[in-house]
Amino acid sequence: MKVRLWGTRGSVASPGADTARYGGNTSCVEVCGAGDVMVILDAGTGIRPLGASLPPHVRTVHILLSHLHMDHIQGLGFFKPLFDPEVETHLWGPAIGHDDLRRRLVRYLSPPLFPVHLRDLPRCKLHDLPTESFQVGDLRVTAERVCHPGHTVGFRIEQNGNSMAYLSDHEPALGAPKFPLGEEWTSGYAIAKDVDLLIHDAQYSLEEYAHHVGWGHSALDHALAFAKLVRARRLVTFHHDPSHSDDDVDRLTAAAIAVCKPPFAVLSGAEGAVFDLARVAPTSPRR
Amino acid sequence: MAQKPIELILTRHLAGTLAMPVFLVDAGGTLVFYNEPAERVLGMRFEESGEMPASEWATQWLPTDGDGAPIPPDKLPLSIAVAERRPAHGTFTIRGTDGQSRRIEVTAIPLIEAGDRVVGAAAFFWEATA
Repeated sequence: MKVRLWGTRGSVASPGADTARYGGNTSCVEVCGAGDVMVILDAGTGIRPLGASLPPHVRTVHILLSHLHMDHIQGLGFFKPLFDPEVETHLWGPAIGHDDLRRRLVRYLSPPLFPVHLRDLPRCKLHDLPTESFQVGDLRVTAERVCHPGHTVGFRIEQNGNSMAYLSDHEPALGAPKFPLGEEWTSGYAIAKDVDLLIHDAQYSLEEYAHHVGWGHSALDHALAFAKLVRARRLVTFHHDPSHSDDDVDRLTAAAIAVCKPPFAVLSGAEGAVFDLARVAPTSPRR
Repeated sequence: MAQKPIELILTRHLAGTLAMPVFLVDAGGTLVFYNEPAERVLGMRFEESGEMPASEWATQWLPTDGDGAPIPPDKLPLSIAVAERRPAHGTFTIRGTDGQSRRIEVTAIPLIEAGDRVVGAAAFFWEATA
Protein backbone atom coordinates (compact mmCIF):
# COMPACT_ATOMS: atom_id res chain seq x y z
CA MET A 1 0.00 0.00 0.00
CA LYS A 2 1.35 3.41 -0.99
CA VAL A 3 0.11 6.62 0.55
CA ARG A 4 0.77 10.04 -0.93
CA LEU A 5 -0.17 13.38 0.60
CA TRP A 6 -1.67 15.97 -1.79
CA GLY A 7 -3.07 18.43 0.73
CA THR A 8 -2.19 18.72 4.41
CA ARG A 9 -3.48 22.17 5.35
CA GLY A 10 -6.51 22.65 7.56
CA SER A 11 -9.57 24.85 7.27
CA VAL A 12 -8.68 26.91 4.21
CA ALA A 13 -6.07 26.78 1.47
CA SER A 14 -3.07 28.90 2.34
CA PRO A 15 -0.60 29.13 -0.53
CA GLY A 16 2.48 31.31 -0.20
CA ALA A 17 6.17 31.38 0.43
CA ASP A 18 5.69 30.71 4.16
CA THR A 19 3.81 27.47 3.53
CA ALA A 20 5.69 26.14 0.51
CA ARG A 21 7.43 23.24 2.28
CA TYR A 22 4.36 21.62 3.87
CA GLY A 23 2.00 22.98 1.26
CA GLY A 24 -1.08 25.13 1.23
CA ASN A 25 -3.66 22.74 -0.23
CA THR A 26 -6.41 21.37 2.00
CA SER A 27 -6.97 17.72 2.90
CA CYS A 28 -6.38 15.12 0.23
CA VAL A 29 -4.52 11.79 0.47
CA GLU A 30 -4.03 9.16 -2.22
CA VAL A 31 -3.94 5.50 -1.24
CA CYS A 32 -3.04 2.85 -3.80
CA GLY A 33 -3.08 -0.90 -3.51
CA ALA A 34 -1.78 -3.43 -5.97
CA GLY A 35 -4.41 -3.03 -8.66
CA ASP A 36 -5.48 -0.15 -10.87
CA VAL A 37 -8.07 1.13 -8.40
CA MET A 38 -7.27 4.31 -6.53
CA VAL A 39 -8.63 5.47 -3.19
CA ILE A 40 -8.62 9.17 -2.38
CA LEU A 41 -9.26 10.39 1.14
CA ASP A 42 -11.09 13.70 1.06
CA ALA A 43 -11.47 16.18 -1.75
CA GLY A 44 -9.83 19.33 -0.46
CA THR A 45 -7.99 21.54 -2.89
CA GLY A 46 -5.18 18.98 -3.06
CA ILE A 47 -7.39 16.78 -5.24
CA ARG A 48 -7.05 19.17 -8.19
CA PRO A 49 -3.36 18.46 -8.88
CA LEU A 50 -3.98 14.77 -8.12
CA GLY A 51 -6.67 14.66 -10.81
CA ALA A 52 -4.40 16.42 -13.27
CA SER A 53 -1.76 13.71 -12.90
CA LEU A 54 -3.95 10.63 -12.60
CA PRO A 55 -2.04 7.69 -14.11
CA PRO A 56 -3.68 6.61 -17.38
CA HIS A 57 -4.15 3.01 -16.21
CA VAL A 58 -6.42 4.12 -13.36
CA ARG A 59 -10.00 3.83 -14.59
CA THR A 60 -11.79 3.57 -11.25
CA VAL A 61 -11.45 6.06 -8.42
CA HIS A 62 -13.05 5.86 -5.00
CA ILE A 63 -13.21 9.18 -3.16
CA LEU A 64 -13.90 8.70 0.54
CA LEU A 65 -15.15 11.85 2.25
CA SER A 66 -14.56 12.02 6.00
CA HIS A 67 -17.18 14.76 6.29
CA LEU A 68 -18.59 17.58 4.25
CA HIS A 69 -16.93 20.66 5.68
CA MET A 70 -15.86 22.91 2.85
CA ASP A 71 -12.11 22.34 3.16
CA HIS A 72 -12.74 18.63 2.50
CA ILE A 73 -14.94 18.98 -0.60
CA GLN A 74 -13.83 22.24 -2.17
CA GLY A 75 -11.59 20.57 -4.73
CA LEU A 76 -14.23 18.08 -5.86
CA GLY A 77 -15.58 20.17 -8.73
CA PHE A 78 -12.05 20.69 -10.01
CA PHE A 79 -11.13 16.99 -10.07
CA LYS A 80 -10.79 16.46 -13.82
CA PRO A 81 -11.55 12.71 -13.88
CA LEU A 82 -15.10 13.50 -12.69
CA PHE A 83 -15.75 14.87 -16.17
CA ASP A 84 -13.96 12.05 -18.01
CA PRO A 85 -16.38 9.43 -19.35
CA GLU A 86 -13.53 6.90 -19.33
CA VAL A 87 -13.14 7.12 -15.57
CA GLU A 88 -15.67 5.73 -13.12
CA THR A 89 -15.81 7.68 -9.88
CA HIS A 90 -17.38 6.48 -6.66
CA LEU A 91 -18.05 9.05 -3.97
CA TRP A 92 -18.44 7.70 -0.45
CA GLY A 93 -19.45 9.82 2.50
CA PRO A 94 -21.40 9.79 5.73
CA ALA A 95 -25.18 10.08 5.77
CA ILE A 96 -27.20 11.34 8.71
CA GLY A 97 -30.40 9.38 9.23
CA HIS A 98 -32.56 9.97 6.17
CA ASP A 99 -30.31 12.75 4.85
CA ASP A 100 -28.18 10.75 2.41
CA LEU A 101 -24.86 11.77 0.87
CA ARG A 102 -26.45 12.98 -2.37
CA ARG A 103 -28.84 15.33 -0.60
CA ARG A 104 -26.06 16.71 1.55
CA LEU A 105 -23.45 17.06 -1.18
CA VAL A 106 -25.75 18.60 -3.77
CA ARG A 107 -25.99 21.70 -1.60
CA TYR A 108 -22.46 22.51 -2.75
CA LEU A 109 -22.35 20.84 -6.17
CA SER A 110 -25.17 22.85 -7.71
CA PRO A 111 -25.78 26.49 -8.68
CA PRO A 112 -25.32 29.07 -7.36
CA LEU A 113 -22.33 27.70 -5.42
CA PHE A 114 -21.05 25.65 -8.38
CA PRO A 115 -22.06 25.81 -12.05
CA VAL A 116 -22.31 22.05 -12.64
CA HIS A 117 -25.02 19.81 -11.22
CA LEU A 118 -23.91 16.63 -9.52
CA ARG A 119 -26.39 14.69 -11.68
CA ASP A 120 -24.62 15.87 -14.85
CA LEU A 121 -21.34 14.15 -14.07
CA PRO A 122 -20.97 11.28 -16.54
CA ARG A 123 -19.86 8.32 -14.43
CA CYS A 124 -20.13 9.36 -10.82
CA LYS A 125 -21.86 7.10 -8.31
CA LEU A 126 -22.65 8.06 -4.74
CA HIS A 127 -22.66 5.76 -1.76
CA ASP A 128 -23.49 6.29 1.88
CA LEU A 129 -20.63 4.90 3.95
CA PRO A 130 -21.62 1.53 5.42
CA THR A 131 -21.18 0.73 9.08
CA GLU A 132 -19.33 -2.47 8.18
CA SER A 133 -15.90 -2.71 6.55
CA PHE A 134 -15.90 -2.90 2.77
CA GLN A 135 -13.47 -3.81 0.02
CA VAL A 136 -12.06 -1.46 -2.61
CA GLY A 137 -9.80 -3.52 -4.86
CA ASP A 138 -7.38 -5.19 -2.49
CA LEU A 139 -7.83 -2.48 0.17
CA ARG A 140 -10.05 -3.13 3.17
CA VAL A 141 -11.76 0.09 4.28
CA THR A 142 -13.41 0.76 7.63
CA ALA A 143 -15.13 4.02 8.51
CA GLU A 144 -16.18 4.94 12.01
CA ARG A 145 -17.56 8.07 13.59
CA VAL A 146 -15.12 10.27 15.47
CA CYS A 147 -15.31 13.41 17.56
CA HIS A 148 -15.65 16.42 15.26
CA PRO A 149 -18.63 18.75 14.73
CA GLY A 150 -21.17 17.40 12.28
CA HIS A 151 -21.11 13.84 11.13
CA THR A 152 -17.45 12.93 10.66
CA VAL A 153 -15.69 9.62 10.24
CA GLY A 154 -12.13 8.40 10.45
CA PHE A 155 -10.85 5.79 8.01
CA ARG A 156 -8.75 2.69 8.49
CA ILE A 157 -7.32 1.01 5.40
CA GLU A 158 -5.68 -2.40 5.49
CA GLN A 159 -3.86 -4.51 2.95
CA ASN A 160 -1.68 -7.59 3.36
CA GLY A 161 -1.14 -7.04 7.07
CA ASN A 162 -0.28 -3.33 6.68
CA SER A 163 -2.57 -0.62 7.92
CA MET A 164 -3.04 3.12 7.95
CA ALA A 165 -5.54 5.38 9.66
CA TYR A 166 -6.71 8.80 8.57
CA LEU A 167 -8.19 11.10 11.21
CA SER A 168 -7.81 14.46 9.56
CA ASP A 169 -10.29 16.33 11.76
CA HIS A 170 -10.42 14.92 15.24
CA GLU A 171 -10.73 16.27 18.75
CA PRO A 172 -10.49 13.21 21.01
CA ALA A 173 -9.54 15.39 23.99
CA LEU A 174 -12.89 17.20 23.97
CA GLY A 175 -14.45 17.05 27.42
CA ALA A 176 -12.06 14.38 28.66
CA PRO A 177 -11.09 15.08 32.28
CA LYS A 178 -7.59 13.92 31.40
CA PHE A 179 -6.29 12.86 28.02
CA PRO A 180 -6.14 10.16 26.99
CA LEU A 181 -8.70 8.59 29.28
CA GLY A 182 -8.01 5.05 28.08
CA GLU A 183 -8.65 2.89 25.08
CA GLU A 184 -12.35 2.32 25.70
CA TRP A 185 -13.19 5.98 26.17
CA THR A 186 -11.11 7.58 23.44
CA SER A 187 -12.66 8.58 20.14
CA GLY A 188 -10.87 7.02 17.17
CA TYR A 189 -9.12 4.28 19.10
CA ALA A 190 -10.75 1.41 17.22
CA ILE A 191 -9.88 2.95 13.86
CA ALA A 192 -6.27 3.67 14.69
CA LYS A 193 -5.07 0.93 17.00
CA ASP A 194 -1.76 -0.65 16.04
CA VAL A 195 -1.56 1.04 12.63
CA ASP A 196 1.67 1.31 10.71
CA LEU A 197 0.88 4.87 9.68
CA LEU A 198 -1.37 7.34 11.48
CA ILE A 199 -2.34 10.58 9.76
CA HIS A 200 -3.82 12.75 12.47
CA ASP A 201 -5.12 16.24 13.07
CA ALA A 202 -2.53 18.41 14.82
CA GLN A 203 -3.79 21.89 14.10
CA TYR A 204 -2.88 23.77 17.25
CA SER A 205 -0.31 24.28 19.93
CA LEU A 206 -1.63 23.55 23.42
CA GLU A 207 -1.93 27.29 24.06
CA GLU A 208 -3.96 27.75 20.88
CA TYR A 209 -6.12 24.74 21.67
CA ALA A 210 -7.23 26.37 24.92
CA HIS A 211 -8.95 29.04 22.81
CA HIS A 212 -10.48 26.55 20.36
CA VAL A 213 -11.98 23.83 22.54
CA GLY A 214 -14.94 22.28 20.74
CA TRP A 215 -13.84 23.39 17.29
CA GLY A 216 -13.10 19.77 16.41
CA HIS A 217 -9.31 19.78 16.22
CA SER A 218 -6.32 18.61 18.20
CA ALA A 219 -3.26 20.14 19.70
CA LEU A 220 0.03 18.59 18.61
CA ASP A 221 0.46 17.19 22.10
CA HIS A 222 -2.94 15.49 21.84
CA ALA A 223 -1.99 13.96 18.48
CA LEU A 224 1.19 12.56 19.98
CA ALA A 225 -0.62 11.24 23.06
CA PHE A 226 -3.28 9.67 20.86
CA ALA A 227 -0.65 8.02 18.64
CA LYS A 228 1.03 6.63 21.75
CA LEU A 229 -2.26 5.26 23.06
CA VAL A 230 -3.07 3.46 19.81
CA ARG A 231 0.51 2.21 19.46
CA ALA A 232 0.99 3.72 16.00
CA ARG A 233 4.32 2.97 14.36
CA ARG A 234 4.52 6.37 12.67
CA LEU A 235 2.61 9.60 13.10
CA VAL A 236 2.11 12.11 10.33
CA THR A 237 0.72 15.37 11.66
CA PHE A 238 -1.96 16.85 9.45
CA HIS A 239 -4.46 19.67 9.04
CA HIS A 240 -1.85 22.31 9.83
CA ASP A 241 -3.37 25.58 10.92
CA PRO A 242 -3.58 27.99 7.96
CA SER A 243 -1.99 30.73 10.04
CA HIS A 244 1.08 28.60 10.78
CA SER A 245 4.12 29.07 8.58
CA ASP A 246 6.39 26.13 7.83
CA ASP A 247 8.76 27.42 10.47
CA ASP A 248 5.88 27.57 12.98
CA VAL A 249 5.01 23.94 12.19
CA ASP A 250 8.65 22.92 12.76
CA ARG A 251 8.95 24.88 16.00
CA LEU A 252 5.65 23.68 17.50
CA THR A 253 6.25 20.07 16.48
CA ALA A 254 9.72 20.06 18.01
CA ALA A 255 8.32 21.48 21.24
CA ALA A 256 5.56 18.85 21.43
CA ILE A 257 8.04 16.05 20.74
CA ALA A 258 10.33 17.34 23.48
CA VAL A 259 7.47 17.14 25.98
CA CYS A 260 5.84 13.88 24.86
CA LYS A 261 9.01 11.96 23.95
CA PRO A 262 7.15 9.61 21.59
CA PRO A 263 8.55 6.13 21.01
CA PHE A 264 7.70 6.37 17.30
CA ALA A 265 8.63 8.54 14.33
CA VAL A 266 6.77 11.84 13.99
CA LEU A 267 6.66 13.63 10.65
CA SER A 268 4.92 16.86 9.75
CA GLY A 269 2.65 16.09 6.82
CA ALA A 270 4.03 17.64 3.64
CA GLU A 271 2.45 17.78 0.20
CA GLY A 272 4.16 15.25 -2.02
CA ALA A 273 5.37 12.97 0.77
CA VAL A 274 4.99 9.30 -0.11
CA PHE A 275 4.80 6.42 2.34
CA ASP A 276 5.27 2.85 1.26
CA LEU A 277 3.88 0.81 4.12
CA ALA A 278 6.09 -2.10 3.25
CA ARG A 279 9.07 0.18 4.03
CA VAL A 280 10.09 2.01 7.14
CA ALA A 281 10.71 5.60 6.02
CA PRO A 282 8.94 7.89 3.58
CA THR A 283 10.51 8.66 0.24
CA SER A 284 11.34 12.26 -0.59
CA PRO A 285 8.49 14.57 -1.57
CA ARG A 286 7.96 14.74 -5.33
CA ARG A 287 7.38 18.37 -6.18
CA MET B 1 -10.83 -3.46 25.64
CA ALA B 2 -13.06 -2.41 22.77
CA GLN B 3 -13.72 1.26 22.18
CA LYS B 4 -17.20 2.51 23.11
CA PRO B 5 -19.37 4.13 20.43
CA ILE B 6 -18.58 7.81 19.97
CA GLU B 7 -22.05 8.80 21.21
CA LEU B 8 -21.38 7.09 24.55
CA ILE B 9 -17.95 8.67 24.80
CA LEU B 10 -19.33 12.15 24.19
CA THR B 11 -22.20 11.59 26.64
CA ARG B 12 -19.76 10.47 29.31
CA HIS B 13 -17.66 13.57 28.73
CA LEU B 14 -20.79 15.73 28.92
CA ALA B 15 -21.85 13.99 32.14
CA GLY B 16 -18.41 14.68 33.58
CA THR B 17 -19.01 18.41 33.23
CA LEU B 18 -22.56 18.51 34.68
CA ALA B 19 -23.58 19.23 38.25
CA MET B 20 -26.60 16.94 37.98
CA PRO B 21 -26.46 13.15 38.39
CA VAL B 22 -26.12 11.16 35.16
CA PHE B 23 -26.08 7.37 34.81
CA LEU B 24 -25.03 5.81 31.51
CA VAL B 25 -25.65 2.34 30.08
CA ASP B 26 -24.63 0.73 26.80
CA ALA B 27 -26.86 -1.00 24.23
CA GLY B 28 -26.89 -4.19 26.30
CA GLY B 29 -28.04 -2.27 29.36
CA THR B 30 -24.69 -2.60 31.10
CA LEU B 31 -23.82 0.28 33.41
CA VAL B 32 -20.72 1.91 31.91
CA PHE B 33 -20.46 5.18 33.85
CA TYR B 34 -22.02 7.50 36.38
CA ASN B 35 -20.71 10.92 37.29
CA GLU B 36 -19.69 12.45 40.61
CA PRO B 37 -23.11 13.99 41.41
CA ALA B 38 -24.61 10.51 40.86
CA GLU B 39 -22.01 9.04 43.20
CA ARG B 40 -23.35 11.25 45.98
CA VAL B 41 -26.92 9.99 45.43
CA LEU B 42 -25.96 6.36 44.96
CA GLY B 43 -23.53 6.39 47.86
CA MET B 44 -20.76 4.72 45.90
CA ARG B 45 -17.92 5.94 43.71
CA PHE B 46 -17.89 4.69 40.14
CA GLU B 47 -14.30 3.55 40.63
CA GLU B 48 -15.64 1.19 43.31
CA SER B 49 -18.61 -0.18 41.38
CA GLY B 50 -17.08 -0.31 37.91
CA GLU B 51 -19.16 -1.59 35.03
CA MET B 52 -22.17 -3.67 36.02
CA PRO B 53 -24.61 -5.78 34.01
CA ALA B 54 -28.27 -4.70 34.03
CA SER B 55 -29.26 -7.65 36.21
CA GLU B 56 -26.92 -6.34 38.89
CA TRP B 57 -27.36 -2.56 38.84
CA ALA B 58 -31.15 -2.82 38.55
CA THR B 59 -31.24 -4.37 42.02
CA GLN B 60 -28.04 -2.92 43.54
CA TRP B 61 -29.79 0.18 44.84
CA LEU B 62 -33.10 -1.58 45.69
CA PRO B 63 -35.53 0.60 43.74
CA THR B 64 -39.01 0.55 45.27
CA ASP B 65 -42.25 2.27 44.37
CA GLY B 66 -44.43 4.49 46.56
CA ASP B 67 -45.87 1.43 48.32
CA GLY B 68 -42.44 0.02 49.06
CA ALA B 69 -42.75 -2.75 46.47
CA PRO B 70 -39.61 -3.60 44.45
CA ILE B 71 -39.64 -2.28 40.88
CA PRO B 72 -38.83 -5.01 38.33
CA PRO B 73 -35.65 -4.24 36.36
CA ASP B 74 -37.53 -4.02 33.04
CA LYS B 75 -39.81 -1.32 34.45
CA LEU B 76 -36.99 1.07 35.30
CA PRO B 77 -36.77 4.14 33.02
CA LEU B 78 -33.30 3.23 31.71
CA SER B 79 -34.40 -0.29 30.78
CA ILE B 80 -37.44 1.10 28.98
CA ALA B 81 -35.35 3.67 27.12
CA VAL B 82 -33.00 0.99 25.76
CA ALA B 83 -35.62 -1.67 25.04
CA GLU B 84 -38.34 0.55 23.63
CA ARG B 85 -36.23 3.36 22.09
CA ARG B 86 -38.20 6.07 23.85
CA PRO B 87 -37.75 8.46 26.74
CA ALA B 88 -39.07 7.24 30.05
CA HIS B 89 -39.66 8.94 33.38
CA GLY B 90 -40.23 7.64 36.87
CA THR B 91 -40.18 8.56 40.53
CA PHE B 92 -39.10 5.95 43.06
CA THR B 93 -37.01 5.32 46.14
CA ILE B 94 -33.53 3.85 46.16
CA ARG B 95 -31.30 2.81 49.00
CA GLY B 96 -27.79 4.12 48.54
CA THR B 97 -24.79 1.96 49.24
CA ASP B 98 -24.20 4.31 52.16
CA GLY B 99 -27.48 3.02 53.67
CA GLN B 100 -29.47 6.19 53.01
CA SER B 101 -32.89 5.99 51.31
CA ARG B 102 -33.54 8.69 48.74
CA ARG B 103 -36.59 9.40 46.63
CA ILE B 104 -35.45 10.26 43.12
CA GLU B 105 -36.98 11.40 39.86
CA VAL B 106 -35.40 9.90 36.76
CA THR B 107 -35.66 10.78 33.09
CA ALA B 108 -33.94 8.36 30.74
CA ILE B 109 -33.34 8.97 27.04
CA PRO B 110 -32.14 6.45 24.47
CA LEU B 111 -28.98 7.32 22.55
CA ILE B 112 -29.77 6.58 18.91
CA GLU B 113 -26.90 7.11 16.49
CA ALA B 114 -27.14 8.40 12.92
CA GLY B 115 -27.51 4.86 11.56
CA ASP B 116 -30.66 4.45 13.70
CA ARG B 117 -29.00 2.04 16.11
CA VAL B 118 -29.48 2.32 19.88
CA VAL B 119 -26.01 2.52 21.39
CA GLY B 120 -27.15 3.05 24.96
CA ALA B 121 -29.15 5.35 27.19
CA ALA B 122 -28.54 8.12 29.68
CA ALA B 123 -30.55 8.71 32.83
CA PHE B 124 -30.64 12.18 34.32
CA PHE B 125 -31.95 12.15 37.87
CA TRP B 126 -32.31 14.25 40.95
CA GLU B 127 -33.66 13.89 44.47
CA ALA B 128 -37.41 14.43 44.58
CA THR B 129 -38.46 17.33 46.77
CA ALA B 130 -42.06 16.23 47.29
